[in-house]
Amino acid sequence: MNWKRKDLLDIRDLSKEEILFILDTAESFKDISKREIKKVPTLRGKTVITLFYEPSTRTRTSFEIAAKRLSADTINISSSTSSSTKGETLKDTARNLESMRPDAIVIRHSMPGAPHMLAAILDSSIINGGDGSHEHPTQALLDLYTIREKKGRVDGLKVAIVGDIAHSRVARSNIFSLKNFGNEIICCGPPTMIPPYIETLGVRVEYDLEKAVRKADVIMMLRIQKERGGTKYIPSTKEYSTLYGLTKKHVDTAADDVIVMHPGPMNRGTEIMDDVADGPASVILDQVENGVAVRMAVLYLLIGGEA
Amino acid sequence: MKTLIRGGRVIDPKTGRDGTFDILVENSVIREISDTIKKPEGKAQVIDASGRIVAPGLIDVHCHLREPGFEYKETILTGTSAAARGGFTTVVCMANTSPVNDSRSVTEFIVDKARTEGKCRVLPCGAITRGLKGEELAEIGEMFAAGIIAISDDGRSVRNAGLFRKALEYAKTFGLPVISHCEDETLSGGYVHEGTSSLLNGLEGIPAIAEEIIVERDIAIARYVDAPVHITHISTRGSVGIIEAARKTFRKVTCDTCPHYFSLTDEATLTFDTNTKVNPPLRSKRDVDAIREGLNKGVVDIIATDHAPHEYTSKDVEYDLATFGISGFETAFALSLGLVRDGVLDMKGLLAKMTINPARLLGINAGTITEGAPADIIIFDPGIEWTVDRGSFASKGKNTPFHGATLRGKNLLTMSGGTIVFNELK
Repeated sequence: MNWKRKDLLDIRDLSKEEILFILDTAESFKDISKREIKKVPTLRGKTVITLFYEPSTRTRTSFEIAAKRLSADTINISSSTSSSTKGETLKDTARNLESMRPDAIVIRHSMPGAPHMLAAILDSSIINGGDGSHEHPTQALLDLYTIREKKGRVDGLKVAIVGDIAHSRVARSNIFSLKNFGNEIICCGPPTMIPPYIETLGVRVEYDLEKAVRKADVIMMLRIQKERGGTKYIPSTKEYSTLYGLTKKHVDTAADDVIVMHPGPMNRGTEIMDDVADGPASVILDQVENGVAVRMAVLYLLIGGEA
Repeated sequence: MKTLIRGGRVIDPKTGRDGTFDILVENSVIREISDTIKKPEGKAQVIDASGRIVAPGLIDVHCHLREPGFEYKETILTGTSAAARGGFTTVVCMANTSPVNDSRSVTEFIVDKARTEGKCRVLPCGAITRGLKGEELAEIGEMFAAGIIAISDDGRSVRNAGLFRKALEYAKTFGLPVISHCEDETLSGGYVHEGTSSLLNGLEGIPAIAEEIIVERDIAIARYVDAPVHITHISTRGSVGIIEAARKTFRKVTCDTCPHYFSLTDEATLTFDTNTKVNPPLRSKRDVDAIREGLNKGVVDIIATDHAPHEYTSKDVEYDLATFGISGFETAFALSLGLVRDGVLDMKGLLAKMTINPARLLGINAGTITEGAPADIIIFDPGIEWTVDRGSFASKGKNTPFHGATLRGKNLLTMSGGTIVFNELK
């Protein structure tokens, strides 16, 4: 297939074909990171800006490494060094950056729709690196890539997503992509963290963690979104941990070949116990590794076209 | 000065008149309505209204003119120009100006400014509480003497139920309508309707119950003190149901809704277009259907605009940060005429909700074409198709979610108090 999109804003927008095309492209990039010389000239002469208005370790490093391994030049701007603190609007910041002719801008922002706003006014490719509680498309792509790698398929699986579903962009993006491929999804968390109307997305809600993970093929754990008021929705993290912390006992009731995922950063002892995080079912570090390949694919498809 | 309006189909909901008549206006008053009126001797202008509908000038019980204090958003001149263009001859402007209209001097300023610059009649609404802070009553009697027509803390509810009770009681002295914006701020605090669209776009939601709980509360208080209460800009199925049920035993409840609440659903917010950000928010299809049904069954008495103009920069930001509000004067009537085409209301029923019903709420002599009434008249054509172009708005507020939409029905001439203030009649 031919890639036609200028931007990557939402998973909800993407067809199955598009998603698989990205995963297949990522497949061919995964090797590069294992070579001694981890660099190909594919995006030489291209410039990628990461514009992060929220803290990030994984996503930003992952994008930067992905771009560098494709020989693109990268520039990082974080909220502490941007003009936002001087009162410049996001649009003005973006227009100024555009004047320096970048090819892609990866934006992370605390407010839903911020990447869409930029996509509408800029010629550069915009990649949504996470916008508030809305979407985090590259996370869902790397999660699906990891599922395919471990399970050999991306459909017909029973997936339990556990935690603060209401405020999680990772949950939203994963629900959209996993539903698209016809998986069974169980959303689990305290009722205060389950958004109203979630059943309209074709998912099942289960408040009891034990029931939610029983016979699950995939367990996705989420952290409490403290920066989005997450702790207001529960009496205490201690109580949360008792009710929704994933233990080895839970994992033992899941499918034999269950995989446990987490987008990071993990709060050990809160939503996930050490023996699970470091246990045999955990694919958390594989997710991070695959993130680089998937983001290389996304960058390549968006800006690698005709050089 | 005499004006003869000839050959139009005159529809007047108050008297039930519907037929082809000539209307003679002398100075600011409707002098005569007859099958045919001869052109009077001497200086007189004749307007050919044949093929058009002639109706009372529209009355808006809820708008924001932004002056004093926010002249970069709107002024009394630009706001009333937009109103005139949209077919309104009387508008009630809310108190959330800067300074707040909570004192005689601010009311006087608005009244004076409107008298010299206004293109239509401006009736200020005073604040219920000082500074709209919800802590103590504003000097309602002083403002009444200066010309307010109603009181409201629009923009928020009077959080303190005891204070709202006192406002309802105190307003009785002056016969002032109390207009209630219903919103429980401990439940709202979001940016869009909490529903299937907020689930998809991740924007913080405002649940329907944030409105409904206060609708229920304010009616209960009004019933207890036996005072009339007007619930403004209702947007949910629950609000329609509560008001319908309450009316069976307590008749002093009236309410209005706005064109965006029966024309758009929350799906419009999926594009993150900040012009869809309004409070109360655009609701679900189910709510929109209920509002239309409420209009049809007469539960919703009045259509108001909640014209809320904003400067471009306040909307040209992230959705969360954008201001709430829609610039509504220049699209309200065309959107409302859609209700007639959709069979929700007949023409007379629609016009009643925009003329005589608001006039009754406000207790003013307007909203009717009868001999001796003020010459507030519009001439419109329900068949004309036009495309909304915010650039052509008379309002400073270009914040409309209807930009580029094709609407049917257009106001062509507005006469306010005998003076033609808008004329596009060819």
